[in-house]
Amino acid sequence: MIEFHLDSRSGVSPYLQVVHQVHQALRLGLLREGDQLPTVKDVAAGLAMNPNTVLKAYRQLEHDGVVSARPGVGTFVTKTPDGPPFAVFGPLRRDLLRWFAKARRAGLDDESIEALFRDTFRSGAGEDVA
Amino acid sequence: MSAVVSTQALGRRYGRRWGLSECSLDVPAGRVAALVGPNGAGKTTLLHLAVGLLPPTSGTIEVLGERPLADPRVMARVGFVAQDAPTYSGLSVADHLRLGARLNPGWDRQLAEDRIEQLGLDPTQPAGKLSGGQRAQLALTLAIAKRPELLLLDEPVARLDPLARREFLQSLMEFVAEHDVSVVLSSHLLGDLERVCDYLILIIKSRVRLAGDVEELLATHHRLIGPRRDPASLSSDQHVIEASHTERQSTLLIRTDAPIRDPAWAVEQINLEDLVLAYMRQSADTASAGRPVSSVRR
Repeated sequence: MIEFHLDSRSGVSPYLQVVHQVHQALRLGLLREGDQLPTVKDVAAGLAMNPNTVLKAYRQLEHDGVVSARPGVGTFVTKTPDGPPFAVFGPLRRDLLRWFAKARRAGLDDESIEALFRDTFRSGAGEDVA
Repeated sequence: MSAVVSTQALGRRYGRRWGLSECSLDVPAGRVAALVGPNGAGKTTLLHLAVGLLPPTSGTIEVLGERPLADPRVMARVGFVAQDAPTYSGLSVADHLRLGARLNPGWDRQLAEDRIEQLGLDPTQPAGKLSGGQRAQLALTLAIAKRPELLLLDEPVARLDPLARREFLQSLMEFVAEHDVSVVLSSHLLGDLERVCDYLILIIKSRVRLAGDVEELLATHHRLIGPRRDPASLSSDQHVIEASHTERQSTLLIRTDAPIRDPAWAVEQINLEDLVLAYMRQSADTASAGRPVSSVRR
């Protein structure tokens, strides 16, 4: 069972934070097919979170095709993302680490690296859409 | 879905001053609505009108489809916790529950006793000896053991320390998850509201400034950061709530239903606190004579 957390400073709505955390846990293999999500009541009582919002997040996850609600029983993971995640993540992470090292050798500090990464990511994403 | 609180041009005057005026709103059922605004804006006045503690000076208010003063029976379906969670300091916790049972036809004794046990309160303890957090929890217990359809809470967590505040809101959300109940709560603590509330009512200077679904409000308000420009040059469907400028940069908070296409802007999401503060500052600025809505920093 996973436990949600809410970051009230993130600017991301609580509903999306729950959705993201489930997707993240699926990608990292922390949640697998058949696992149960915490009940709406438990999330509401645990995080002082509006149950309507929790329900909305769970509906979104159902719509995304990763969980399904069994009335009176709970909400269960029905699908793990295709492909073994770490097989893909590992090499990509190594490439990134090499790139970070290169950027540091070029004299960039952490903040410059983050700024460059974000900026490139954003303009790259923009190109994909156009 | 029907409204649990519905007002039409509702107004309440105290002597020459209007505590609330021209207030028209519908709070949809099944929501947890936040009632926010500066001190003296009219939040408590609205709640007191809703529970029939005050008659309106003008306009109408309906609670669960009834006028609270014309039909006081509707109050059996409403739970109300007034500011500072009033309890009888000489009466014990158990006395409060007995009183609640005597006064309320739909009293849920099991729920009340379970909650007192869950909270770890000693039934024999006088309410005057409880901590602020415990007293607030006792007041909430009395309100929810009525099994109300609507729960009205006036600044329920204002005086509580952060831990007691969180525990109070956890209790409240647990109750909402288990029972079919609508909630309206007034609060200054904007940080708590985003996770707790899904509907917002912002009252400024006795008028409703903003009301709506929280997700919708957040989806239609954005912070734009980009090269300096005159806010008047924005397209007509982008309403500027707040603007500040340096020599080279403009930062705007705007409301728009349309996506922002101008690539010159970096668009940031805002949270509920940013949103409410921007509207409050806007009203404060408009009030001070001769000052423009947008401030210019150099």
